[in-house]
Amino acid sequence: MNRAYELMFIVRPDMAEEDLDKLIATLEAAVPASGGTVKSVDKMGKRRLAYTVRKFHEGMYVLLTVEGGGAMVHELERRLRVTEPVIKFMTVRIDEEQKRLDKIKALRDAKKKLSAQPAAPAPAAVEEPAPAPAVEVPAAH
Amino acid sequence: MTDETRVPAPASDAPREAHAPRPSGDRPSGDRPSGGGDRPRYGGGGRGPGGPPREGGGGRKFFRRKKVCKFCTEKIENINYKDYRMLGQFVAESGKIVPRRLTGVCSPHQHRLSNAIKQARNIALLPFAGRAS
Repeated sequence: MNRAYELMFIVRPDMAEEDLDKLIATLEAAVPASGGTVKSVDKMGKRRLAYTVRKFHEGMYVLLTVEGGGAMVHELERRLRVTEPVIKFMTVRIDEEQKRLDKIKALRDAKKKLSAQPAAPAPAAVEEPAPAPAVEVPAAH
Repeated sequence: MTDETRVPAPASDAPREAHAPRPSGDRPSGDRPSGGGDRPRYGGGGRGPGGPPREGGGGRKFFRRKKVCKFCTEKIENINYKDYRMLGQFVAESGKIVPRRLTGVCSPHQHRLSNAIKQARNIALLPFAGRAS
């Protein structure tokens, strides 16, 4: 299971720093329990909300990147729902998007390398799966 | 009063249609009872800036400027809900998503942009309505 998710949640602004850390630790512990791995945790800090959420105008944003299956996300969201200080959360699946971005990046790098060194077959051979017609150039060598 | 102007129209359909002449294709809409009210919609309206084929290069009043897609020119591929500052450029003062005929964004990028803005709205990074703080 290699689905990647981004879980962003907002915590009420009057929460203490260590309580927030405890909450994040609880969530991180729940991830491997349901078969997944935590990629990164990013505390984005206090931010003014664009609209009032549960009578709060500010909130602490936290971004959690995890890898795992749907059951893991279900469990994490369940926990976030019952946690009182969390006022909003959103899960976004990012593995498809990441795949697309990587593909574009690889294509761009290949094009760049090819235009930089037209007589070098080595970098061209690396990006074998590139469908661009430029691949035929090293083959002609 | 509008019906009276409609009668001589089939004889000369050039003044009615601002775009390519379609005498036969026009008939079904002419039969509709509400044809009197929404007739002007065919002219200029939303298709003007799109580049009418008959105006060519001289039609200044249709071509505002050749707007290019910001994402295509700067090769930005990662349109994320997280960078609300960039997304905020495509959002009006009222919080509405600006149509692409005004911003010049190309269609696939506009879809992604629109999705990103909606995600950002859900997580309170952008407002649904009102001024973006």
